[in-house]
Amino acid sequence: MIVQAKLGAVKGIALHEWLLRFVFGGIVCVLAGLISQRFGPGIGGLFLAFPAIFPASASLVEAHEKKHKARAGIDGTNRARTVAGIDAAGTAMGCIGLAGFALTCWICLPRLAPAAVFSIAGLVWLILSVAFWLLRKSRVFRNMRAGKVRLHAFRSW
Amino acid sequence: MPVLQCVSSRMPSARLEKVNIMSSPAEELLARFLIGGVIVSIFSVIAEILRPKSFAGLLGAAPSIALATLGITIARHGAIYAAAETRSMVFGAAAFFCYAAAASWMLVRYKTQVLATAVGLMPVWLAASLALWFFTSR
Repeated sequence: MIVQAKLGAVKGIALHEWLLRFVFGGIVCVLAGLISQRFGPGIGGLFLAFPAIFPASASLVEAHEKKHKARAGIDGTNRARTVAGIDAAGTAMGCIGLAGFALTCWICLPRLAPAAVFSIAGLVWLILSVAFWLLRKSRVFRNMRAGKVRLHAFRSW
Repeated sequence: MPVLQCVSSRMPSARLEKVNIMSSPAEELLARFLIGGVIVSIFSVIAEILRPKSFAGLLGAAPSIALATLGITIARHGAIYAAAETRSMVFGAAAFFCYAAAASWMLVRYKTQVLATAVGLMPVWLAASLALWFFTSR
């Protein structure tokens, strides 16, 4: 499947949706800092991988899908929730990249300049995420789904 | 006094330089809020414009919080402290995987309400990340 960018989708984002994401992201970053100050880097570091984007983006995916189906006169509730589930399956693949990002930072931060570490770690995140997404889309997993093996979490993928 | 230590060998002076940044905790919190808000917004907009949705979902696990806060952490506490945080972040990412897989399963299989599922499963992420951190730190 070809990956596409629909720039027109930005116009469909309402002001309150922009604000929701901004405020939620800001609050999570502040909380991560405060928790790190109070409990140290061990506990604080866990919150660097807090699911900050997912709840907001998944609920907006649901809202947009419902609106899209409603225009065609269809109740798209179930469809919208399935699409959000597919979005969540993609997020699970992205978590592997996120772990790669964290590992790279852990190994390289004491040795290299921060800007170089973030560049390398960002690249590691991108490569791992896309590689696992492609692997998930590959023939091997399609055959698993078509055959006897069923992975419920990613069934509709 | 919070300082930023620049130890890049490519800098002309090639020596430690101290740069005063963010003199008060309130300034630090404000910086975290603004930078975090902007980075999370950018990643979620990119996720919004990408198709198919399974690919866009990858952005849901973008290192937005890490990118927003690690720079500030390095500035205030140094690279070693930030590296200790990223060690724990690995467990947080593993817990995030469990959380996202559980959310996907519930949404696809039981068609549950999305926001309730995403928020309701947060304890799964918290419990899994704390358990992983606890068992590896003993």
